[in-house]
Amino acid sequence: MTETKKTPLLDELEKGPWPSFVKEIKKAAAHNISSQDLLGQLELSYEDKKAHWKHGGLVGVMGYGGGVIGRYSDVPEQFPNIEMFHTIRLNQPSGWYYNTKALRQVCDVWEKYGSGLTNLHGATGDMVLLGTKTEYIQTIFDEVSNFEEHPMDLGGSGSNLRTPSCCAGPARCEFAMIDTLDLCHDLTNEFQDYLHRPMWPYKSKIKISGCPNDCVASIARSDISIQGTWRDDIKINQEAVREYVAGGFDINGMVISKCPTKCIAWDGNELTIDNANCTRCMHCINKMTKALRPGDDRGATILIGGKAPILQGAMMGWVIVPFMKLESGSGYEELKEFLEKVWEWWDENGKTRERLGELILRLGMRNFLRAIELEPIPQMVMAPRANPFFFWWPEETVQD
Amino acid sequence: MAFIEINGQQFEVDEDGFLLNPDTWIEDVAKYFCKEEGIDELTEDHWKVIKYLRDYFFQFGIAPMVRKLCKDTGYSLKGIYELFPTGPAKGACKLAGLPKPTGCV
Repeated sequence: MTETKKTPLLDELEKGPWPSFVKEIKKAAAHNISSQDLLGQLELSYEDKKAHWKHGGLVGVMGYGGGVIGRYSDVPEQFPNIEMFHTIRLNQPSGWYYNTKALRQVCDVWEKYGSGLTNLHGATGDMVLLGTKTEYIQTIFDEVSNFEEHPMDLGGSGSNLRTPSCCAGPARCEFAMIDTLDLCHDLTNEFQDYLHRPMWPYKSKIKISGCPNDCVASIARSDISIQGTWRDDIKINQEAVREYVAGGFDINGMVISKCPTKCIAWDGNELTIDNANCTRCMHCINKMTKALRPGDDRGATILIGGKAPILQGAMMGWVIVPFMKLESGSGYEELKEFLEKVWEWWDENGKTRERLGELILRLGMRNFLRAIELEPIPQMVMAPRANPFFFWWPEETVQD
Repeated sequence: MAFIEINGQQFEVDEDGFLLNPDTWIEDVAKYFCKEEGIDELTEDHWKVIKYLRDYFFQFGIAPMVRKLCKDTGYSLKGIYELFPTGPAKGACKLAGLPKPTGCV
């Protein structure tokens, strides 16, 4: 063991009420030399105000083109035990539900071959194992994928389908309009090849939320966002509404006046909703969980194009399919066909490192819609175009 | 940086074993790397992919996109992984002496 180094700057972060990551690393460092060196390098970064990792890194396991993020220290002579400090992404179970057996066996493997440090979880959803050497990667993969109970596979990285993730869903939420857990698991299995073997112009992410509250932020952080919704009437329990009001709930201030389309009314005794004008924003249901429920005709809205700023600016997903039935156990064939068409068009037309949203921006919705065989509909736009520079298809024009 | 020695010749490589200078590549470099990338013996199919990658790189200054590689060589992605178990980037590009793929890998 190397001598424990002094870390005065990091020690400051052991103070205060929030759980301290410094304490966590120190706990791991008590019996792991790479965690000790990580603490040392981090202290150095705090002093220098810059990162001490080299650019890039390319490591992996046989058969896969992604799943492991290679990382090398740029001060290995000072911190030899983190000269290599690779990250392994493990595909999390849908909704991050674990039992202790599943967690314990990963911990056992990670204590043996890794730094003992983890990230639960990465922003995309994976269980992240932080820091190991090249020579252990294949062994770790072989062990976790051969657990008798709850074996785990790698998640995605690179220009491929990244690990799909979903909200807690119907397992513990009465708003879930689709079985997010089943759908996430099903899509992950269906598209294993796309996930493990990068073949696309760039990354592509799928996130699934059970309702428009969007608890996995799918609209902002996935190229393909699937959000549960319904298309019939909100179910009202009038008795429960009256109980809310009798209990002092300011129904006019908190619900009626907040409705974005003003389609909900309260006459002092009866709550009415003009469902044809409801945009299913969830507000009234969120406010009166005991009185209001989403309708029974359930499915999902599919939005497309969400991404971070590089290169063309940040985008949130926009509506491409207002409603699709997604019943659990149905095989989700319609959705899968839709996804294949979208990816095929993007793979054929996308430039290197061009996200789906950027490609649609470059080639236009009309080309995209024609390729995936969808008709343009008003729900796809906030407002019609404000300029007159409209392209016609050649067959729509009269040629002299 | 580290050096490897092949037939008495020195080659500079990075920590992932990629050649730093693609111009210094010789066929023995591919033969030298193939074991650690899970390849027993380099067949004609391997050489076809390696030559394609080098030609493309010296013409355009970048590695081809995977779809382009598959189309131009006629191998499916599955076929490429059968030839190069660690994939087109870590496997084939490394054997071909191309610079290490970068970005959000």
